[in-house]
Amino acid sequence: MTQAAHCDTGASAQPMLSVNGLRKSYGQLEVLKGISLSVREGEVISVIGASGSGKSTFLRCLNLMETPSAGHLEFENFSLDFESGARRQPTSRQLCELRTRIGMVFQSYNLWPHKTVLENVIEAPIHVRKMSRREAIEQAEGLLGRIGLYEKRGSYPSKLSGGQQQRVAIARALAMSPKVMLFDEVTSALDPELVGEVLSLMSSLAAEGMTMLIVTHEMAFARDVGTRTLFFDQGVVAEDGPPAEIIGNPRSDRLRQFLRRVVHDPAQLGPSA
Amino acid sequence: MFVNFWEDVVEYGPGFLAATVVVLGVTIASILVSWVCGLLGALGKQSRFAPIRGVASFYVWFIRGTPTLVQVFIVYFGMPQIGIKLSPVVAGIIALGVSSGAYVAETIRAGLSAIPKGQFESSLALGMTRQGMMIRIILPQVLRIILPSLTNEAISAVKNTSLLSTITVVELTLFAQLMIATTFRPFDFYIAAALIYLVITSVLSQLSAFFERRYARFS
Repeated sequence: MTQAAHCDTGASAQPMLSVNGLRKSYGQLEVLKGISLSVREGEVISVIGASGSGKSTFLRCLNLMETPSAGHLEFENFSLDFESGARRQPTSRQLCELRTRIGMVFQSYNLWPHKTVLENVIEAPIHVRKMSRREAIEQAEGLLGRIGLYEKRGSYPSKLSGGQQQRVAIARALAMSPKVMLFDEVTSALDPELVGEVLSLMSSLAAEGMTMLIVTHEMAFARDVGTRTLFFDQGVVAEDGPPAEIIGNPRSDRLRQFLRRVVHDPAQLGPSA
Repeated sequence: MFVNFWEDVVEYGPGFLAATVVVLGVTIASILVSWVCGLLGALGKQSRFAPIRGVASFYVWFIRGTPTLVQVFIVYFGMPQIGIKLSPVVAGIIALGVSSGAYVAETIRAGLSAIPKGQFESSLALGMTRQGMMIRIILPQVLRIILPSLTNEAISAVKNTSLLSTITVVELTLFAQLMIATTFRPFDFYIAAALIYLVITSVLSQLSAFFERRYARFS
């Protein structure tokens, strides 16, 4: 995979999404302890870290699937402040609008089982973006062709493999033409032989300059796809830098420990070629 | 008994037919009322607002804890005392519908809790409103799950129409009673009424089986 170099050139200097002092607590448990991050257009950020380090929660805070307890979020025309205890919450209209601009794909695909593949992809463009049905179908067929599942457009999700379902879920998110895509451990539920097809789809998206944040346990992928890697540890960003440096050359003990635990064959993570 | 079967059919058939039409009409109307009440009850129980949750819980608790016959009496005989006078049929439809609605509410609630959390999340993550998500994504899936229970409830609705014989609605049971009063043939007329109920409920079961087969294609 050689997308990393390509993506570097796609990244512009303007931050398109930024958070400042982002915190999230569940009762006494503080999961995110003040995250600040600027994401520039075209950046492909892989997010690694142990379970419970807060990386998924962080992703879910970016499209407000979780409401942050404190901090500031800036994205396009949104400038949202969160305060603990404050009653000021984003309105449901703001939530809906923000989420149409930031796509998210989940570990468990979550396709709608009562709708065909095509219906899954056209649903939100028609009913949220108010696209005409013809236009939505045209767009969806293009996307399905691109992910190699055009022939499956009339099938129900239960007839598809996990890898195919996840690719449809990605197409469904792309159909909203989001500015940023969030991937939350999208290959973790897949059989090993199906992981590749999903990763290569994400790689090709990255190569096209899509801005992406990818929470993943696939270390080789995290190293190769991204322009930047974040290592989450106990609710903070412990390391932030170029993937080859972070993963290929870990500085902190915590990161070395983490990599030893998740990578069974350390040779595969030697400094990338 | 049944010695002059065809003579009986000619003589009492039109009466039975009219009574059957009443049963069908009351059943359909009360089922519609029960779906509305059930949906409101189920969603109310999950509301973010405590007063709405309270009303919904009270509704389900009260209905499920009291006999349907008493509820029918409250609506038909009780309401006029507070100034609400309804015709027997309207009172019956309301009483049976509201009563059945509490059971439908519990059924819908169970169906809702069977939908994986991810279905809600993926809908919201695509920018859907909560209302749009419920109508287009969640409730169609709930309906598939609860269809067998809803059929059972519909069958109960058919049988419960017989309670309205106590408030002068001339449905099958009361019609049979009236005929018995003049013919002194209770066995014949109650068996005839029972057979007609049986036909209606059997058709409902078949209908449900058909829907289940239709929905099976995507599970």
